Amino acid sequence: MAEVKTKGEVIFNRAAVIAVIVALVVMLTPIFWIAATAFKPRNLATTVPPTVFFEPTLSPFAKLFTKRSQLREPVEQEVYDNAAWWEKLIYDGGEQVVRNRKSGEVTSSGFGNRYMNSLIVSVISTLLAVSMGTITAYGFSRFRVPGEQDWLFFILSTRMLPPVVVAIPMFLMYRAVGLHDTHIGLIILYTAFNLSFAVWIMKGFIDEIPREYEEAALVDGYTRLQAFWKIVLPEALTGIAATAVFCFITAWNEYAFALMMTSKNAQTAPPYIPSQVGSGLSDWTVIASGAFLFLLPVAVFTFLLRNHLLRGMSFGAIRK
Amino acid sequence: MARIELRSIQKFFGAVQVLKDVNLTIEDGEFVVMLGQSGCGKTTTLRAIAGLETVSSGTISIDGREVQDLRAADRDIAFVFQSFSLYPHMTVYENIAFPLRAVGMSQDQREAAVREVAKVLGIERLLNRKPSALSGGDMQRVAIGRALVRRPKALLMDEPIGALDAKLREQMRAEIKRLHIARNSTSVYVTHDQIEAMSLADRIVVMHGGLLQQVGAPEEVYNRPANLFVAQFVGSPVMNVSGVAIEGGAGAAVLSFGQGAGIPVAGGHVGHIPGGKAVKLGIRPEAVLLRHEPGEGFVETTTTNVEPLGSHEIVDVRLGETTLRARVEPGFVADGQRVWVGLDPQRAHFFDGETGLALRRTA
Repeated sequence: MAEVKTKGEVIFNRAAVIAVIVALVVMLTPIFWIAATAFKPRNLATTVPPTVFFEPTLSPFAKLFTKRSQLREPVEQEVYDNAAWWEKLIYDGGEQVVRNRKSGEVTSSGFGNRYMNSLIVSVISTLLAVSMGTITAYGFSRFRVPGEQDWLFFILSTRMLPPVVVAIPMFLMYRAVGLHDTHIGLIILYTAFNLSFAVWIMKGFIDEIPREYEEAALVDGYTRLQAFWKIVLPEALTGIAATAVFCFITAWNEYAFALMMTSKNAQTAPPYIPSQVGSGLSDWTVIASGAFLFLLPVAVFTFLLRNHLLRGMSFGAIRK
Repeated sequence: MARIELRSIQKFFGAVQVLKDVNLTIEDGEFVVMLGQSGCGKTTTLRAIAGLETVSSGTISIDGREVQDLRAADRDIAFVFQSFSLYPHMTVYENIAFPLRAVGMSQDQREAAVREVAKVLGIERLLNRKPSALSGGDMQRVAIGRALVRRPKALLMDEPIGALDAKLREQMRAEIKRLHIARNSTSVYVTHDQIEAMSLADRIVVMHGGLLQQVGAPEEVYNRPANLFVAQFVGSPVMNVSGVAIEGGAGAAVLSFGQGAGIPVAGGHVGHIPGGKAVKLGIRPEAVLLRHEPGEGFVETTTTNVEPLGSHEIVDVRLGETTLRARVEPGFVADGQRVWVGLDPQRAHFFDGETGLALRRTA
């Protein structure tokens, strides 16, 4: 690949490289900022000018998972020496862990549960939306469905209203049928929300898979279902991965429904993190550590599927 | 191996009728080529035999058993697609073994069967490759291997070598013929290429507009076309066709091309043609004879175009209101030169001017 370039093209290419670098800096700075703040001692989090070099500490994470109260007087030396490493970090910050009076157990801040809720709800709703979406898309792609275009438009139209508009009626319905503040309730909501997206994206991918592959499998002695399983699914893997990433990100980041439909049992991390900003003096390091942990799964998931994603986004652009 | 019978097959796509009463019997071990332009219904017929397309009415039977309502999987037929359709996520070995896994054959038997067919096709060294790493010819060999490995009742091929370049096509054509002779499998082959049809077929089925135009051995289709469509579709360069008037009686007749240009022929050659009817003459370029000097049955004219084609040349000559194309030796004549043109009456075909049907000697 060494085609002849004019001088103008060379200059354009260099300018494009610079533009990409600038865009990268703009996009990555907030993420770097959150990651840095998550490991800062509290007194360095809000300095002006910002502190760039510091000794990282895990105390924001220790605080994130526990319920704390202000120390009225310095902690006794003996208690401090016997405390676990993370408890010492909290004492160092002038706070103490709230414990159950009878059992002496540490009281959780509730972040861990909410994080788990986020994982459960996002993973299950993604699996459901992608599997149902793939099968539906296959049906639309391969069979003559009466009113196909109308159905597809109807499916798409479910995404046209912003979630906040339907949130109140949904809230009333959920309360009436007892789905309020349940995992299953959120899973149903997110699956329904992502399903339309999954159907549309997967239809595009499946349309690109030549019918002859299945026809070959049909004459080779397989049923349509077997042909779908053995031929279409492996061929659609790229599309499935891309769709799954987008569905997962949507479910993982969803805020409005999670805020209204859940309060305690099934609450996910997005409504919890801002609730910690609260009033008065916020501990930004704790919020940053929560946000940092919240960013991790999406980053890991996307990184693992990056090859599929790249192919997925350029799929159909080049005819093989 | 099997005998395939199509009885009164009709097929509609919406309001469009693509197959109009197709009747055809393919004998056990026969190699039948369905020849026609795109959209003539030949591929639809093939897909109907395979079970990839339902038929609107009529019956399809394989070895006496009606199969038109059976799924493709239950018909025990193999299909080779123009696009090869090798499963991209499987290796060549897995591709060929795929139909065997459907019938639950043991791994040892599978391995033996795949190796055997790979050996016949000369693709043993490719077994571990993915289809994307194969050349076009090898892809088609694998596709044929996948079709043959199961020893199906019949092998259906839909323009299997249409996507290859000219040289490879010729090579694969010979290979398909060799394989057919070796295995003697009932084969139905669809193509729009008349050279493929002529060289491969035991019998050619010429289709047009959803109807069978002629069914017969290649020589018969070439030498005795049933109608104008077949006459012009089979053969290269295309048969000359022009309206003629037949003047004269039983002894000696003249084929008149208008503007006073006429070629005399012995009356025996045109005696079977009913008078008072619009008639078209069809004559292949090799039966249009050119000479440098006058002779009996030859008329004077000039050449209007010469197309050199290497082994021979195609020369256009004006005769009355029509242009006839003649096939001659290279360098026989130059453009614009005076020549004498005649016809080989043995190889002249006459067609009804209205129906296009051949007017044959009843003898």
